[in-house]
This record gives sequence, structure tokens and C-alpha cells, in this order.
Amino acid sequence: MSQNAEKVIDHFELFRGKEYTEMLANKKCLFEDPVATEELERVAEWTKSAEYREKNFAREALTVNPAKACQPLGAVFAALGFERTLPFVHGSQGCVAYYRSHFSRHFKEPTSAVSSSMTEDAAVFGGLNNMIDGLANSYSMYKPKMISVSTTCMAEVIGDDLNAFIKNAKENGSVPAEMDVPFAHTPAFVGSHVTGYDNTLKGILEHFWDGKAGTAPKLERLPNGKLNFIGGFDGYTVGNIREIKRLLDLMGVEYTILGDNSDVWDTPGDGEFRMYDGGTTLEDTAEAIHAGATISMQEFCTDKTLDFIGSKGQEVIAFNHPVGVEGTDRFLMEVSRLSGKAIPPAVTKERGRLVDAIADSSAHIHGKKFAIYGDPDLTLGLAGFLLELGAEPVHILSTNGGAVWKEKAEALLAGSPFGKGCHVYAGKDLWHMRSLLFTEPVDFLIGNTYGKFLERDTSTPLIRIGFPIFDRHHHHRYPVWGYQGGMNVLVKILDKIFDQMDQSTNDVAKTDYSFDIIR
Amino acid sequence: MAKLRQIAFYGKGGIGKSTTSQNTLAALAEMGQKILIVGCDPKADSTRLILHAKAQNSILSLAAEKGTVEDIEIEEVMKYGYQRIRCVESGGPEPGVGCAGRGVITAINFLEENGAYENLDYVSYDVLGDVVCGGFAMPIRENKAQEIYIVMSGEMMAMYAANNISKGILKYANSGGVRLGGLICNERQTDKELELAENLAKKLGSKLVYFVPRDNVVQHAELRRMTVIEYAPDSEQAQHYRNLAEKIHNNAGNGVIPTPISMDELEEMLMEHGIIKSVDESLVGKKASEAAA
Repeated sequence: MSQNAEKVIDHFELFRGKEYTEMLANKKCLFEDPVATEELERVAEWTKSAEYREKNFAREALTVNPAKACQPLGAVFAALGFERTLPFVHGSQGCVAYYRSHFSRHFKEPTSAVSSSMTEDAAVFGGLNNMIDGLANSYSMYKPKMISVSTTCMAEVIGDDLNAFIKNAKENGSVPAEMDVPFAHTPAFVGSHVTGYDNTLKGILEHFWDGKAGTAPKLERLPNGKLNFIGGFDGYTVGNIREIKRLLDLMGVEYTILGDNSDVWDTPGDGEFRMYDGGTTLEDTAEAIHAGATISMQEFCTDKTLDFIGSKGQEVIAFNHPVGVEGTDRFLMEVSRLSGKAIPPAVTKERGRLVDAIADSSAHIHGKKFAIYGDPDLTLGLAGFLLELGAEPVHILSTNGGAVWKEKAEALLAGSPFGKGCHVYAGKDLWHMRSLLFTEPVDFLIGNTYGKFLERDTSTPLIRIGFPIFDRHHHHRYPVWGYQGGMNVLVKILDKIFDQMDQSTNDVAKTDYSFDIIR
Repeated sequence: MAKLRQIAFYGKGGIGKSTTSQNTLAALAEMGQKILIVGCDPKADSTRLILHAKAQNSILSLAAEKGTVEDIEIEEVMKYGYQRIRCVESGGPEPGVGCAGRGVITAINFLEENGAYENLDYVSYDVLGDVVCGGFAMPIRENKAQEIYIVMSGEMMAMYAANNISKGILKYANSGGVRLGGLICNERQTDKELELAENLAKKLGSKLVYFVPRDNVVQHAELRRMTVIEYAPDSEQAQHYRNLAEKIHNNAGNGVIPTPISMDELEEMLMEHGIIKSVDESLVGKKASEAAA
């Protein structure tokens, strides 16, 4: 079946043609040394067993499909939240190509970031020249207002010193001396993307608040009663930040969003390319030191950042990606307490609507079993919402969650009758999750796009919530925070429940006595 | 032509590795062997006695100049010295920046890919003092040096380093073909030096290949950037190096998988030979003046 310009066949059809099926069968037979089908099936069955699960969980030296990314990804995320800021990754080009494509595939928007293009000679001699040339080129080509520098594995292993390198580059005239070039060391082999977010955000605040690497006086904090808000590394940042702004505006709170990515990843298609759009202004970033308090929506994304902010005398509050009624209640009540502004009736009404919606659908969600995986804060937020709905988060897994996260998640489960018999898995990967889904099946799996392989393997329907989501479009535009965000999550879960119900009742004259119009 | 032999000289910094290796290789060249010396030290001074000069283009300095190692021609970095011995230096970064180990890997890969090892009898690697990271273990990886010669002396730290290097060799010996060729003792005139060197060699499951006595002629030759073989070919010292060269030449295939010892065993050995007088733990950490009191 050859292609014909009159009727081009896409990949769905093309590879099912005789020509390709025969070729692929031959390839397998001749070159892949296949095992007998019975043996294949036997081993496949064995990997579903409790015995295999035990071996799987005894695994020490190997990680299979970790549900996390590396620090520099978080660094680029954080940097993009500031006005005309170019993320500059000190490392090789391939690393940065990954960050750009990863975000572009999720947000369906171009993501601009540059690398210092380190090659073999830079690995040996150190990357100073790359920094000097890279900053000069970035400045003249892309005219950023700020360049936020982070590192990769290579730069960290050879011990490149960003502070000294940036000073040297400025002395060499790469960028004007007064140019803001904050930096953070973000070795990709330590922590995960949430650590990189934390380090970079802290690096930026340190730069503005602590004297711009020794070139300006440190700022003196003069408390002004404003609030700072940090979203953390969040796949729903576009929808979430806008929702938070709407809520804070409704309340009449004076605030600064630190790291506002909501515009840069949602630029309009009006014929103009916006390399930079929106973001926290540099003035606001500096001024943020004077705020009365800082609220972080994601504790594990802002560990060091909050310590730093707290050390300036601000009150710091951290949530764990709150989703649902209780989570939003606590968030709004804190905002109200810290700002002295009342929660307006309009927002109270939104709450009532979410409660009403939950009550309307409760019969279908109550008692359903879920497995969740993802970033530490997101899994906590979602688990909290499920418990609130009367569902059971039976398996909660986070590859980049540690002992503190585990303790927190277990305390959350212990606080609800629906948390009984549910378990928390810190530092585990998606291959562990596969064993869990086979040996202790659940009704639904909640996770990012990579969960579709688990869905196919274990027949556990996947509800896509998390980062990255590559294979469904525009989810990031809808918030999951606030009462309206909770509504979105509720609908997402319900849609899957009903889809599943229809699928299991659509056999004509067999199961379709339940193939109902009304659910 | 006989099969290419690859050897490497390791040892504590300042022990006289480069001097010993260059003199030995000069003697091997005298015997008609075709030799390539690969200096694996960012200081790039492993071949100065052969070339009578230090100023040669190292692979990495040229790579930095050209932007990539791919643009270098082998002729640009390979120089011919005494007895047509070929010399290359890997070079590397200034102290305190970059990654010298990666430099060694880059340089050796370049040499192999560009046919530097063709038409040779010997390749000799001269490696910086301590095997601080994987890069400096490059010559002992699979398909590189078959025998490692450790240059040491009767000093405690030199023996400690020799033992450490043996550990490095052991790591690669089981998976690859690298073996410990033996120890070469460069006399420092410490107490019972020969005895100690022999004993350490035995403990490591190896042998003392040669005991090179101390002689000022080495110093004189070195000041003239020459090997003793070239500067004073009729001297006794030159003959010692020739003997050593002969031994190494005949040592092909006689390397062993070393059996490194623990720090305690090493100290015990020094005690056995009366270098450390007492096992008295109360003396540990005491100054001489305090111990005497």
C-alpha cells in the first residue's frame, strides 16, 4: 500500500495495511528473537501476581518509569513567571530542548529558554566562556529584562560556579552591570522539578532582596500588609493563577503573585508572536519583601523559598495543592485572616454550588476506589478531595515524595473513615504502581499522560490530572483550585465514571438493561 | 610486528613517575621499540625530557582553540622526540575549573579514533598522581593498558597511594584485562626501603620489578630537559633504566590481579619492619615532643 497524493493515508490506517503488517511480522520473527507466545503469556501473567509484586517492591538499584522530572525543568518553569525573563540553562543544548518541548507539549504554546550550549571542551575546561558568550548573545538577540540562570548535570559535576561566572561575564561586558541575572544551582541528579522550582524562585528573591549579588544595598523590609502568593510547579498554572487572581480581586485583597506563568503559556493567536507575556514585574518582585505574609499553594515546591521569606520576618503559610471544599475553605480563611478582608457573598455562593454538585453526584462517587500518583503536593490535594467526596484513595504514590510527605499523607488518611485501608508509597515509581493495580485493583487511576500505559496494561480507567498531559488538549486552561476548580475536578471524575458505566452496559440485549439515558 | 603493548605508569604525585617512565621508555626505544607516550596530566609535562621542551600543543588546548576536538589533525598534537618516540599530551583545564578527568577521556578517545596507535610496539600512559575520578582510570579500562606499573618509594604515603591504585586496578581487572605489572621503587633513602617495597609488592600479590637507586645525574639530565639515557648514556644510572626497560619488556603477560590491603594491614607492615615502633594507641596523635615527655 503505497502513498498516493490524492488520498494520503495517515498512520492509523497506513501501518495496518498488508505490506506493513507482513513486514513487521517478519521483522519480529527474523530479527527480534521472539520467545514463544505461551512463554510470553506466562511471564506476563506472572508480573501480575502477588509474588512478583513482592519482588518488585524489593527492587533497590533500579527505577522504572519514575513519575518525576529533573530540577532544571522546574527552574525554567519558575523563571518564566517573571516579566520579560529569559530562562538560561547552563548546560548542553539537548537538556534545554527537553524542557522546551516538555512544556510546549503540555501547554500547546511555544516555550522560550536558552542554553549555554556546553560541548566537550566546556566539560573539560569549565563553562566560563559559554556563560560569557551565552549571556551576551541572549541579551542582544532576545532583549530580555532579566536572565535567570540555572544549571544541569554537566555544569554541576565539573563544579561551575554561577556566582563567579556571572560576575565575570558582566565584567566582560556580556550584559550591562545593572542587568538582573539571578541564578540557582539546580543539579538534575538531585531532587526533582519541584526542587528546581524552589531553588530558582529562592534565587530570584534572594537576588532582588539581598543586594543583587553584592552590587546593591540589601532591601530593608517595611511591612505593608500586602500578600504574596506562590503557585508552585503546576500543570494547571494558567487556569489556577487566573482563578486565584479572580478570588483575591473579589475579596479586595492587595497581593503580588510571585511567578505568574498564566499569560506566557496562554498567548492569543492574533498574529503577533509574544516571546514574553505577563509575569510578575521586577519592581513587584523586589517590593514583595514588604508584604505581611506569603502564601504558597505547594509546600514541597517552596521549602527553601518559604524559609528564606520567613527569615525576612513575613508570616509564611503553605498548603498542599488544595482541591475541593475544605481545601479552598482553609485557603480563603487564611487569606481573609491575613488580609483582614471578608470572604464576599459571591464566593460563599460558589462554595454552596460546589457542595450542591457534590451532593447531586454523591451516589456515584461514594465508595469508589482510586489510585493516585504525581507530585507530592498534588497527590495530597487530590487525596483530600477524594476523602471529602467519600471516595477511597487506596494507593497514593509519589516518586518525588519523601518521608515528610508520607507522614503527611498518612495523617490525612487517618483523619477520615474513607482513608482506612489506604496506603502511601513514597519514592516509588509507575512500575510499582502497576503491581499495586494488579494485586489490589481500584476503580480509577488518577495521574498524568504516562498513566495511559498503566490503563492499557491493567484496564484501570485513567483520569488525567497532573503534569504533563500531552494527549489531551487545553486542560491547563481550567483551574483545579478554588470552588470552581473543585467543580472542574469533580466533573472530570464524574465524566470518567459515567463513560465507564456506559461502556460496561452497552452490550445489546445482554447488559444494556442498564444502558440508561439518565445517570 | 609484535602485538601492541599498552602500559601505564601510576603513582603518588611527585614520586618521579614521569622521570622514571621517560627514562625507561627512552631505553626501550634504544632497543628499537616504536613508542607512543600519552601524557594524562593537565600539567602536560609527561614528555618534556623526550621532547626537550614543554611547549607542545596539548590535545585539549587545541580543542579549546578550535572549538571541537573533531577539527584536530593527529599531526598537530603528535610530536617526535628522542629516538623518534612519539609524544602526545592530553592537557586539561587550569587548576580549580572544569573537569580534568573528562579531558583524559576525550584525549584518549581522540587518539584511538584517529589512528594514533598504528604501527607501534608500545603505548605508555603517564597518569597524574591520584586516581581521583573515573577519567584518570581511563587507561586501565577495557582494551587500554594491559599492565600497570606503580612507581613508589619507601615513604608511607607513597605506599598508601600504591595500595589505592591497586584497588582501582582490581575494580577493572575482574571485568577486563588490566593487570598489575609490578612496583617500581624510586629510591628515597628511607629506612629499610628495599625490604619494605618488596614486602608491599608481595602483599599486593605482585613483585618489585626494579629498585631504581637515587643518583644526582637524574637531576642534571632533568635540568637539561633530557633523559639520563640521552644525557649520560654511559652512566651507571642509564644502565639501571636499561635494566628496568628490559624487565618490563620481558614482563609481557606476567601481570597479576592485585590483592590490595587495608590501611591497618599497611600500618602493621610498617610495624613489622620497625618503621613504626609501637602499637601503643596512646601515642596516636601525639607530637614528638609530647611523646618523649
